[in-house]
Amino acid sequence: MTAHELVKKIKNRELSSEEVTVSIFKRIEEVEGKVKAFVSRAKDLAVKQAREIDSRIAGGGDPGILGGVPVLIKDNINVTGTRTTCSSKILHNFVSPYDATVTKKLRDAGAVFIGKSNLDEFAMGSSTETSHYGATRNPWNLDCIPGGSSGGSAAAVAAGQTVLAIGSDTGGSIRQPASFCGVVGLKPTYGRVSRYGLVAFASSLDQIGPITRDTADAALLMNAIAGYDKNDSTSVDLPAPDYTRSLVKDVKDIRIGIPKEYFGEGLNKDVEKAVRDAVKLIEGQGAKVREVSLPHTEYAVAAYYIIAPSEASSNLARYDGVKYGYRTEGDENPGLSLIDVYERTRGEGFGQEVKRRIMLGAYSLSSGYYDAYYLKAQKVRTLIKKDFDEAFGEVDIIITPTTPTTAFRVGEKIDDPLQMYLLDIYTISANLAGLPGISIPCGFDGKGMPVGLQLLAKPFDEETLLRVAYSYEQSTDWHLREPELRQGRVNGKV
Amino acid sequence: MEKYKVTIGLEVHVQLKTASKIFCGCSAEFGAEPNTHTCPVCTGMPGTLPVLNRKVVEYAMKAAIATNCTIAPYSIFARKNYFYPDLPKNYQISQYEKPLAENGYIELNINGGRKKVDILRIHLEEDAGKLVHDMSEGSLVDFNRTGTPLMEIVTTPCIGSSAEAQEYLKILKSILQYIEVSDCDMEKGSLRCDANISVKPYGEEGLGVKTEVKNMNSFRGIQRAIDYEAKRQMEALDGGEVIHQDTRLWDEKAGKTFSMRSKEEAHDYRYFPDPDLVPVVVSERWKGEILKTLPELPGARCGRFIKEYGLSEYDSSILTAEKALADFYEDCAGRKGTDRDKKLCKAIANWVMGDLMKHLNEQNITIKESPVSPGMIVAMIALIDKGTISGKIAKTVFNDMYRTGRPPEDIIKEKNLVQVSDEGAIMKIIEEVIKENPDTVEKYKGGKEKALGFLIGQAMKKSRGKANPAMVNSIMREKLK
Repeated sequence: MTAHELVKKIKNRELSSEEVTVSIFKRIEEVEGKVKAFVSRAKDLAVKQAREIDSRIAGGGDPGILGGVPVLIKDNINVTGTRTTCSSKILHNFVSPYDATVTKKLRDAGAVFIGKSNLDEFAMGSSTETSHYGATRNPWNLDCIPGGSSGGSAAAVAAGQTVLAIGSDTGGSIRQPASFCGVVGLKPTYGRVSRYGLVAFASSLDQIGPITRDTADAALLMNAIAGYDKNDSTSVDLPAPDYTRSLVKDVKDIRIGIPKEYFGEGLNKDVEKAVRDAVKLIEGQGAKVREVSLPHTEYAVAAYYIIAPSEASSNLARYDGVKYGYRTEGDENPGLSLIDVYERTRGEGFGQEVKRRIMLGAYSLSSGYYDAYYLKAQKVRTLIKKDFDEAFGEVDIIITPTTPTTAFRVGEKIDDPLQMYLLDIYTISANLAGLPGISIPCGFDGKGMPVGLQLLAKPFDEETLLRVAYSYEQSTDWHLREPELRQGRVNGKV
Repeated sequence: MEKYKVTIGLEVHVQLKTASKIFCGCSAEFGAEPNTHTCPVCTGMPGTLPVLNRKVVEYAMKAAIATNCTIAPYSIFARKNYFYPDLPKNYQISQYEKPLAENGYIELNINGGRKKVDILRIHLEEDAGKLVHDMSEGSLVDFNRTGTPLMEIVTTPCIGSSAEAQEYLKILKSILQYIEVSDCDMEKGSLRCDANISVKPYGEEGLGVKTEVKNMNSFRGIQRAIDYEAKRQMEALDGGEVIHQDTRLWDEKAGKTFSMRSKEEAHDYRYFPDPDLVPVVVSERWKGEILKTLPELPGARCGRFIKEYGLSEYDSSILTAEKALADFYEDCAGRKGTDRDKKLCKAIANWVMGDLMKHLNEQNITIKESPVSPGMIVAMIALIDKGTISGKIAKTVFNDMYRTGRPPEDIIKEKNLVQVSDEGAIMKIIEEVIKENPDTVEKYKGGKEKALGFLIGQAMKKSRGKANPAMVNSIMREKLK
């Protein structure tokens, strides 16, 4: 069941939040062994929260817009008193002393926190395979990866292990796993949702956003988390609208752009067909479709893999074994110098991919290389932004595939970082340009794996994004399909 | 020794005395229990973000205006990346490519002439924490200081001697204290100074190879360190050596500098703009508002003291070096009035700079804590003018005022210190002295001028210092004619 349905039922006491929460945990216990979407679970805490919501409702109080609905939070977002591991060994024992702004907002909205979801270590990856705690599996085919880095959140939503999930998106980390798992993933405009309390990967690209069963839930979750935050200087001081008002089935005269650069080499035929069919459907609903050009698209991945690692190399410097987290076990050895402790702690605490990106970033920022790499990448970023500015002069929404292929097998690309990086080819530009983007289910490939449709909009125009996505969704049933795992669920109620 | 020309550039770090830290709401106060002024932001917890304290920018803007700098309409915070346990994020947020202000100057008085010291830039940054090395517990870190606001003021290489450097620091400190942005207390570390020093033979173009000297913790130490380092470089050149660019530490006890790291070992800080912060945008209007809050600066005030109170440049510069002292002086001399009694103004200056400063310095207390108020000083000078007490007795009265904090009239009354100006009474004393010292009287009459001084002294002693000295003098001369 979706959150927008559940909220109503809990509020009119058809169902209690406790019942919903308990049944969610029952589902988790059944399938988690296969899916491995969680880094940690908080059943007792969740039930306690659920009871509080129930008693608030019983007392005639306002349970909040998410009143009593289970939410799964990606394990790179802080919740007071619980572990935030970022799926890394280096933070295996880090307990956050504070709530992220998003966490606080969710609390205020009456969400029930059921645990923390798995991710690629520090959100660096596209398959959730780089997690120190093991790979998450795709509920549509357990031999496949769920995408990443928010793979745990997307898989859990698909497998019915949560109603709502929170992810973070730096280069596609919400949209790509949403696409691979057949669910909805929305990356808001940079600055729309506070980053305070999100463990930074690449500060100028990171955004927190919803991963849900349908667009109505995405809108609902956006209502809970969007808005200006004085603790985040990069959050934008604009009033956040009521996104559920955008859930209107009407795309008449909306101008849709199809960027020709996104339909070239490397695009899987099944994916292309699903996307083109979707565009046709939307056109049939009254939208005006035309081709547009984003000429600097081919440089996006290269620019991203300079900028994101550069910022990461600095953001991850704080994990040194001095203050919190993992510290090399040899630290009692009096022969170890400070440098030894740093090197061993970081050498042992970080995984391969994280180390690779730290080195890439440190190199790009080094004196003598800065201009050729970091500065150049920033210039490319500006050009990509300009491409979008120009395209959005002519259209309201740009539609592309979310990913060039569907989900692949676990282990298939883990030793080929370049292949892995290219998975983000369609999602990265939105981060570089700061644009909002959504991925919604638009079909399946020949192997029965979900295909995602990506919609991009102008900065702060999540409303049009949701409106077009909702209109499409209302005419299709992709979002209602359930993976094998979901069939034969014990709990028919939820 | 005049073979080489010394060139010095100074980098001064000033701790700004805002109530809270630069990027979080923690108190920036000095001296609290370790790790009590901390929060997730300043201890670099995962996921935290910095938010710039507006007051910090305003303090730096004040300093920029007071040192004739141009404030950039747009400046940027960068990250300076290096690993050290006192730096919880392992990067320091600091302005790098685009500082808050540039191209200013401060004017010095050097040997009666004026010299401009050019300021290259003023930028803002966060301070690091403090490491405490404890033998039993190993190394501990106190994050109270982490994130306290620092302002760095960098001069061009334009200072020609350690004396000039010291004068520059004195004036800079005076300005910063006037605008109330920092305590500038070197002992507490709220003012720190690094010196870039180079020497080159006179007549040679450009600059010599510089070394950077750190770790001086007093003005005197800075002067000694510069002198030592300049001499070391000159001797090295004389000995045919080449100066290597390096960073050196001043050892106060040894009186020497030691190489800390060479240029080759210098860190690559991998600076880049901090993506967590937005550019600092300063509008003309904001600048205007800050300008309005600036007080009269020491240079201008010194000039005004010379003009309004008729003081010498020397006296004025001493009295205006510290804002509180200048305020005290003006409280004595009166803030209004155009036609001033220049003699009175000078007398006040003498008392303030002389006896009062001597007492304050002895006890190491500030002018604000002075037990003697401006009103008491003015009253005392009036008593001297009226002839109620002599200048000499006034010294005693002043000591008592300082000790007890009581007004001069009370002290004079209580101790019966009123000057005797009664001709009859003085005559009586003088007659006694003449009678008691016939030999000396004879000597004087025989032409020994000096003998008169002795007799007058005896008469003053007999009056316990209360006799009007001028009257004693004239009556004595009359009597001995």
